[in-house]
Amino acid sequence: MAKKASTHRMAAKKKPKARKSQAAASPGEVTGEEGFVWTRKDLLGLDELSPQEVVHMLDTAQSFEEVSTRSIKKVPALRGKVVALMFFEDSTRTRMSFELAASRLSADTLLFTAKGSSVSKGETTLDTVKNIEAMGVDVFVMRHGESGAPHMVARQVTGSVVNAGDGAHEHPTQALLDIYTMRQRLGHLAGLKVAIVGDIAHSRVARSNILGLRKLGAEVVVVGPRTLVPQAITAMGCEISHSLDDVLGEVDVINMLRIQFERFGGGLFPSLREYHQIYGMNGERLARCRKDVLIMHPGPINRGVELTSEVADGPNSCILQQVTNGLAIRMAVLYLVTQSQGDRRE
Amino acid sequence: MSKLWIQNGRVIDPESGRDEQADVLLVGGVVEAVGSVSKTAANGAEVIDATGLIVSPGLIDIHVHCREPGHEEEETIATASAAAVAGGFTAICAMPNTHPPADDDTAMHYVLQRSVQAGLARVLPVGCLTKGRDGKELAEIGTMRAAGAVGFTDDGDGLADSKLMQRALQYATMFETVVMQHCQESALAGGAMNSGPTAVRLGLGGIAASGEEIMLRRDIELARYAGARYHAQHISSAGSMGLIRRAKYDGVQITAEATPHHLLLTDAACMGFDSNYKMNPPLRTARDVEALREGVANGTVDCLATDHAPHAVEEKALEFALAPFGIIGLECALGLYVKALVQSGYVDWPILIDRMTFGPAKIIGRDDLGRLAEGKAGDVTLIDPKTRWTVKVDAFRSKARNCPYDGMKLTGRAVATIVNGEVKWRL
Repeated sequence: MAKKASTHRMAAKKKPKARKSQAAASPGEVTGEEGFVWTRKDLLGLDELSPQEVVHMLDTAQSFEEVSTRSIKKVPALRGKVVALMFFEDSTRTRMSFELAASRLSADTLLFTAKGSSVSKGETTLDTVKNIEAMGVDVFVMRHGESGAPHMVARQVTGSVVNAGDGAHEHPTQALLDIYTMRQRLGHLAGLKVAIVGDIAHSRVARSNILGLRKLGAEVVVVGPRTLVPQAITAMGCEISHSLDDVLGEVDVINMLRIQFERFGGGLFPSLREYHQIYGMNGERLARCRKDVLIMHPGPINRGVELTSEVADGPNSCILQQVTNGLAIRMAVLYLVTQSQGDRRE
Repeated sequence: MSKLWIQNGRVIDPESGRDEQADVLLVGGVVEAVGSVSKTAANGAEVIDATGLIVSPGLIDIHVHCREPGHEEEETIATASAAAVAGGFTAICAMPNTHPPADDDTAMHYVLQRSVQAGLARVLPVGCLTKGRDGKELAEIGTMRAAGAVGFTDDGDGLADSKLMQRALQYATMFETVVMQHCQESALAGGAMNSGPTAVRLGLGGIAASGEEIMLRRDIELARYAGARYHAQHISSAGSMGLIRRAKYDGVQITAEATPHHLLLTDAACMGFDSNYKMNPPLRTARDVEALREGVANGTVDCLATDHAPHAVEEKALEFALAPFGIIGLECALGLYVKALVQSGYVDWPILIDRMTFGPAKIIGRDDLGRLAEGKAGDVTLIDPKTRWTVKVDAFRSKARNCPYDGMKLTGRAVATIVNGEVKWRL
């Protein structure tokens, strides 16, 4: 085993190239339609998007990727617009990613965090948002601990609402950047087999990934202990496995979800030690995967729990590339929802 | 003495099985005659022409949250009574989960006094099963019974302690009263909607039907052991239907109620995160809806009840998981029952009337109510079974607006509500 693992690493030392040639050959691949126009005011989730809309988002992100390579990394697309970053729940990378995306599009940003705000004085979510809207806001980027909070807000405000993660429901921009990274690295999406490993029950990342990947023709298997994988999730079009070892050899992508430490206090699994033994990704398991398997993680990583450093920092990992791509995705999202606002006023 | 002569309506009286074109004469707040009314007896009576209308015993809703005392901004006994008569109800039972909880005789007197002051529907108090609704010590069931309580429950929560529940059932038998239970095993509560594919998709915590069925199953054994009368409130699942049917067959003194929403809606309604679809027990599946409808038809469900649960606008305007459970139902219940049960072919009008009058009257042990016969209370509801109307939540007499049926077109509506021989409401 150990030998196999080392050859694996050697072989993967070269940066894996995108298998672009497969895109055309891949049956069922959804490609962008000429003249497609984005019409949604909000991005609340991937559930309501058509496959064409998802692809349009990815393609728009691709066109924004180049901006980050310029010496002056800015375009005037959102000049004069105000983007309010409403973080009712803690976040580091998603918030910074949205903030940078907004500023690269020349928008003004307002930052709201729940800690030390009026929310801690008992103000409701709706009142908080409406008060900030009264200052003149075009886009609300909203992270919230409760499922459906952005949907509730979207019904009540005239500006756009972009869901930056709501409870255990959806995290559409994370899934878009995950899917974007898969397409970039593997060249296609249709026919891919993606494993999502971990706390599926409480994961908005899992839900949005399942929805987005299924729309674009990829297969999804969710992997985790029975207490963290609701059986009814198969209704979203994925398979279930309780054994990571069983699926290792048959998947193109392994997306490792963060284990939230507060969960095992609730008795959902006995210990981190046992979890790591059954579901932890390590060099030995990586050696049993396909040679060019893609290892992903939405962060923040618990090193030694979901994956070992060897895997996280190894050549199959695209964890930092995900973060880079997040910027292009969020620029695309902010751009498209504000463009549709313009259309509406005409 | 005031006299009211209701002429030429379709008189339905479930107790006697009467369903015929007839007259009803009310004298001094009591039914004087049903059938043919002699002109001498009716001399000087006010006449109501009920041609084309159903003449029903006054409708009874045994599950209403009046919120008074404690949350008068949501509803009061007076506004709940006004909503009741507008929906055709002549009597409603006030649930005791007020602030403070209605757990002693003075609380019973208070409800009755406020009911008289409002002067609309009869508001019958239901007392707490345990002191402070804490689930730890029996409340003064005997004293409350003497003060007018028609039943006992800790509704909002099930009584978790099996030993205490057994004692409550045993103790209640002395006062010929009923113990009502909100069946939900507490360790399995805590979610926001029914467990299943929709909850998983929405990332909301689930409340499985097994949590209701576990408590119901326990209570059936306790009621059997105690030889007590037990009433299962707002039953929501097909599994519960099976348990109740079997228990009835075995001779356990068990009755059950079903709400309009559990007879009409499924958990798929939660898809848009509209908190007006958040109920406790939660909306379940199409299979459960069908089982409940069958249960109403075959008598497993003895009575229909709204679980009218008013909440302030700002409370329901919270995130789905944070918003309180419940919707209001008094003013559109009849039309919803018609839609769920009559129009879908599960029951005919006499059965529907039974489940809204005689059925609930038996549960609360009021043999003067829910009947149209000589000597019974002069509570009558006139129903136009054919009229088409649209639910307008903003026109409700209830203080609350948490109702998901706004704009829904319904058939069948109460056109006059008569309480104690007096017309309290006319369309």
